[in-house]
Amino acid sequence: MRQWILNVLYLGFKEIASVLRDVAMVGLIIYVFTVAVYSMATGLKTEVNNASVAVVDADRSTLSSRIKDALQPPYFSPARDIDRSEVDELLDKGSYTFVLEIPPRLEADLLANRGPSIQINVDATAVSQAAVGTAYIQEIIAREAANFLHQHGTSEVVPIEPVIRALFNQNLEAIRFNASMDIIMNVTMLGIILVGAAVMREREHGTIEHLLVMPVRPSEIAAAKIWANGLIILLAAGFSLHVVIEFVLQIPIIGSVELFLAGTAIYLFAVTSLGILLATIANSMPQFALLAIPVFVVMFLLSGTFTPFESMPPILQDIMYAVPSTHFVRFAQSILYRGAGLDVVWKDLMVMTALGAVFLAAALSRFRSMLVRQS
Amino acid sequence: MSADAEPAVRVDSVHHRYGDTVAIDGVSLSIASGSTAAFIGPDGVGKSTLLGLIAGVKRIQSGTVTALSGNMASSSHRDIVAPRIAYMPQGLGRNLYPTLSVVENIDFFGRLYGQSENERRSRIAGLLTATGLDPFPDRLAGKLSGGMKQKLGLCCALIHDPDLLILDEPTTGVDPLSRRQFWELIERIRAERPGMTLLVATAYMEEAARFDHIIAIDEGKVIAAGDMAGLLDRTATRTLEEAYVALQRPERRGDQAALAIPPLLESGGPPAIVAEALTMRFGDFTAVDHVSFRIRRGEIFGFLGSNGCGKTTTMKMLTGLLPASEGRAELLGKPIDARDIATRMRIGYMSQAFSLYEEISVRANLELHGRLFRIPSGELRLRVAAALTRFDLDAVADASPASLPLGMRQRLQLAAACLHRPEILILDEPTSGVDPAARDRFWRLLVEMSRRDGVTIFISTHFMNEAERCDRVSLMHAGRVLSVGSPEELRVARGTTTLEGAFVAYLEEASAPPASKVMKEAPSLAAAPKPIGAPDNVQKGTSSVSQSSHRSSSASLRRVWAFARREAVEVLRDRIRLAFALLGPLVLMVGFGYGISFDIENLRYAVLDRDQSYESRLFLEQFSQSRYFVEQTRLDDEFEIDRRLRSGELRFAVDIPPGFGRDLLQDRQPQVSFWLDGGATFPAETARAYIQGAVLTYAADRYRQLHGRAPQVLPINVEPRFRYNQDFRSVFAITPGAIMLLLILIPAMLTAVGVVREKEMGSITNVYASPATVGEYLIGKQLPYIAIGFVSFASLVLLAGALFGVVAKGSLIGLSLAALMYVFAATAFGLLISAFVSTQVAAIFATAVLTVIPTAHYSGFLYPASTLEGLARAMGVGFPAFWFQTVSLGVFAKGLDADAFVREIAVLFGFGVVFLLLARLAVRKQGS
Repeated sequence: MRQWILNVLYLGFKEIASVLRDVAMVGLIIYVFTVAVYSMATGLKTEVNNASVAVVDADRSTLSSRIKDALQPPYFSPARDIDRSEVDELLDKGSYTFVLEIPPRLEADLLANRGPSIQINVDATAVSQAAVGTAYIQEIIAREAANFLHQHGTSEVVPIEPVIRALFNQNLEAIRFNASMDIIMNVTMLGIILVGAAVMREREHGTIEHLLVMPVRPSEIAAAKIWANGLIILLAAGFSLHVVIEFVLQIPIIGSVELFLAGTAIYLFAVTSLGILLATIANSMPQFALLAIPVFVVMFLLSGTFTPFESMPPILQDIMYAVPSTHFVRFAQSILYRGAGLDVVWKDLMVMTALGAVFLAAALSRFRSMLVRQS
Repeated sequence: MSADAEPAVRVDSVHHRYGDTVAIDGVSLSIASGSTAAFIGPDGVGKSTLLGLIAGVKRIQSGTVTALSGNMASSSHRDIVAPRIAYMPQGLGRNLYPTLSVVENIDFFGRLYGQSENERRSRIAGLLTATGLDPFPDRLAGKLSGGMKQKLGLCCALIHDPDLLILDEPTTGVDPLSRRQFWELIERIRAERPGMTLLVATAYMEEAARFDHIIAIDEGKVIAAGDMAGLLDRTATRTLEEAYVALQRPERRGDQAALAIPPLLESGGPPAIVAEALTMRFGDFTAVDHVSFRIRRGEIFGFLGSNGCGKTTTMKMLTGLLPASEGRAELLGKPIDARDIATRMRIGYMSQAFSLYEEISVRANLELHGRLFRIPSGELRLRVAAALTRFDLDAVADASPASLPLGMRQRLQLAAACLHRPEILILDEPTSGVDPAARDRFWRLLVEMSRRDGVTIFISTHFMNEAERCDRVSLMHAGRVLSVGSPEELRVARGTTTLEGAFVAYLEEASAPPASKVMKEAPSLAAAPKPIGAPDNVQKGTSSVSQSSHRSSSASLRRVWAFARREAVEVLRDRIRLAFALLGPLVLMVGFGYGISFDIENLRYAVLDRDQSYESRLFLEQFSQSRYFVEQTRLDDEFEIDRRLRSGELRFAVDIPPGFGRDLLQDRQPQVSFWLDGGATFPAETARAYIQGAVLTYAADRYRQLHGRAPQVLPINVEPRFRYNQDFRSVFAITPGAIMLLLILIPAMLTAVGVVREKEMGSITNVYASPATVGEYLIGKQLPYIAIGFVSFASLVLLAGALFGVVAKGSLIGLSLAALMYVFAATAFGLLISAFVSTQVAAIFATAVLTVIPTAHYSGFLYPASTLEGLARAMGVGFPAFWFQTVSLGVFAKGLDADAFVREIAVLFGFGVVFLLLARLAVRKQGS
């Protein structure tokens, strides 16, 4: 056992040296954990932000211009006036997501209590903004109308006053959400590719065979790759969290960063084991790439990162429970967004550990047979 | 053919360097038309570089190279003479395509040179007969033995009747019989075409004897040139190998004293290595066929045979790397067990290819070895130091193995294999590619270890003079051991003067059924009226015809077709790659279609009702009866709100204050608190919108109940019209986007890896040497992948309709046309990436990183394109994905006609053309 640990240590030091020597690889790691995290955090909008609105204003009254003016950043970009004849073409082209059609005599009808209507044309292919944006526009119109009526002496009392407050992220800023989800994506992608490609490269260069002729066990080779590459990714993720997210982007992290990093270490064990398993399945580097891409794309898109997990069909949810990223995303959201503790996340940690062990066992059982296929 | 007075090749003060390494250091020479010249010298002295420069496949850095009466630095001259030059690069089958059959390989080259089908057929038939490959027209090139590969390579080089034939180490790694046959073949071809000039590089000095000129090269310089007799005279030596050593600078020579091997003393005891009927099968191919031998302790046992005859596989079985299909083997008296760590401690192994770590220094490699072999750290330092000295590696101890010449790398491998003082050394072709002096030093070490330390050495080689030094050798061919014995015994048994002669005799006997073949071969050449190529008129006519027509557009199209056909056959043979390319997108689309959903329902919430009144229950029904919300267990106190939101169980909580009902009835506008989980912003925003809607609906209902008329709560009626997607299902918006994403990621990946793979494998040299232009090559390479991309598009559209009910409401023709242009642009983008990277891994990373970001985020897929601004908008508009997304959404969701997309289709085509032009500019039609 002592020898096992020593061998794993020695091989791991070699692994770290070899990653650090690969300038392109180091550059890539730095890029994804700094520039990519930053651009995703600041460039991607999951909330309604800067949504494009056009208005066909047939009324041209005080009220209609107040409504136009109320459509304001950050939710909406300033509304443009267009002609009714342009509506279809502009929506077809996707130039605007929302087009408001304000009828003639809107203001007069309102004051006369004739219940006028405003039509909103919504490009419903913009799924991420259409529903929420429509609700916002409805709310804005209702508020402007109420204010307008109030000024003209008519006022209506809403029977209750809803006070909606968001815990953990008062202003519902997506920047925080995106930044940390991007780190999770990078950890997943790098965990699979870095370790898988390292195994693949050793296969293609014959160094893994050389090791297996020496008094070295496959489990030692795998363990060394996992700890060494995992450590590099863990450090990069920690750096990204502290420096890029907390310092540069000034996003406060509620939960315990240390607990998050500990969970990340467990998750890395699971994904690096998966990477090794994929490398034992593929027969060449191009095959490995074509195999790895769908795996991490699915892991990333379907584990509740950018779209809510509960929106997926139940069968797919059940399948995705067997994938470590689902548990990691849930774990990360609990810790990073809601400041949860170990009492909440321990189950996810256990599942990730178990999944990693299964992947590793499968990979090790294939270790020698993959050498046979290669020659 | 040019006048006899003019040399076929003239080289004037040529210099060439790779980075800091000087490869050619001022070489001038001239070779007469119709003569033969051999370039001799070990690996790494500059032979290959020189031949590459003459063939026009490498860029000339300084000096001039004139070949076939023109300057090879001029690309127009290269274009003119390319059809008259044939070049066969170094390495077994390096210019062949392993997944193409024998005939397909030759056929490809015939097409490249614009030959008609009839002409190709007759030429191929002639060449196959001449080379004795005619029994195997459909065997894949990758499955041929080393000798057959080289013959096939020669066929490919000869298909267009070259005037200048350049062969770079054509016989390295080939068994002696095949080697002999190869040179006989060359002789016959020369007899057929006396005007042809032949340049050959070889490391087998004895082969050079048959050439008109012998040019000895060392350290990038010509150290002597002349005919065989002249060189031997000048150096007063008996063999060319001795002459070469004599011509080298003294520092470059090895130990002059002949290597004396003391006799092996019988130590008794059980044999070190025993193999009994060892057999290894890969599928239906038997790589090793019932191999048996016993090796005594301390013996040097040689394993002799050509590449691919099963030597390496046998050695791997002995080390436990490969489990034998049949048979038994023992090491040091114990059956081989892959898990037996104790036995591994007593064995040293050196694989054929360099298998130490190039990323860490020489010393670090040795230290890693020592540690893994459990040498105590105190002793380790001493041993590593001793090994560095013994193997003469002190000077490079801190260098990276990648920067060392081959000979030193081999010494390092041996040093590593010996560090733990093994009792058995298994060495797989340790001297392949090592120069004679270094090989000599290497053998001195082996002899010392065997005789002084009693180490058993099991070594494979294809050098006869090394085999002579072994105590016993085993001749191996096609997986079987032909004979085992001391070199002397084998010679005597066959009655030959040399071991090589004995080996050839054994090989001829072993290939007994095909031996009639071998016998038939020579007569067939003499008997056939037109041995090489086709009828007279064709043979005389072609070179002029193909020369005059090779620039014409029809010839250009034929070459594009030749590349496309070959690529298509290769892709169709690589089932796994094809399956990934076609099934991968479908699987991902299913995932996207089901998984990416912005439709939020079933928001989990819980209620803390501190009022418990009729009014509060009535208000809460607004939530419990909505399909958007799912109520969870009630909250008991306000601390629970935080806890349960924090655990992720709830998306929001409703907190109704005490006195809610009373305040409501008294019109005092009671406050109701809603607590959202703001961590996940999208569900939180959706929840907020839903809650506001629910509150308004409640207010309206209440108003109606109280006043019996429509409420004033909503003074203006807002009528949203959801266009294009009335049901408001994400899948209608996601599926067109998924098609857009998948049609760029996978095709770009395929072409990017495709070209880089040819760079890594070396078959790109065929393009350098052929009359084809880079443009023809790129387009030919691209065509099959455009086809794959389009098939993928069709399958995705069908799947979208069948599985998700997402059908094209608009013009399917417009969509298809746009998809074709899009796939064209995507594959061209892959080609562009491949022009800038040199390894497959880099191609994979670069393609993924460069396509995914603009495609997923800035194309209007997940987030509407109209919200993009600044840099993000520029990135979106500057990439084809943005434009195809407009078409895809337009046709699937908006039901638009083809005429709405004229601009988009034109832009997509423009992207393809620009990417292709940039790739064309970035790929040079010459190596460096």
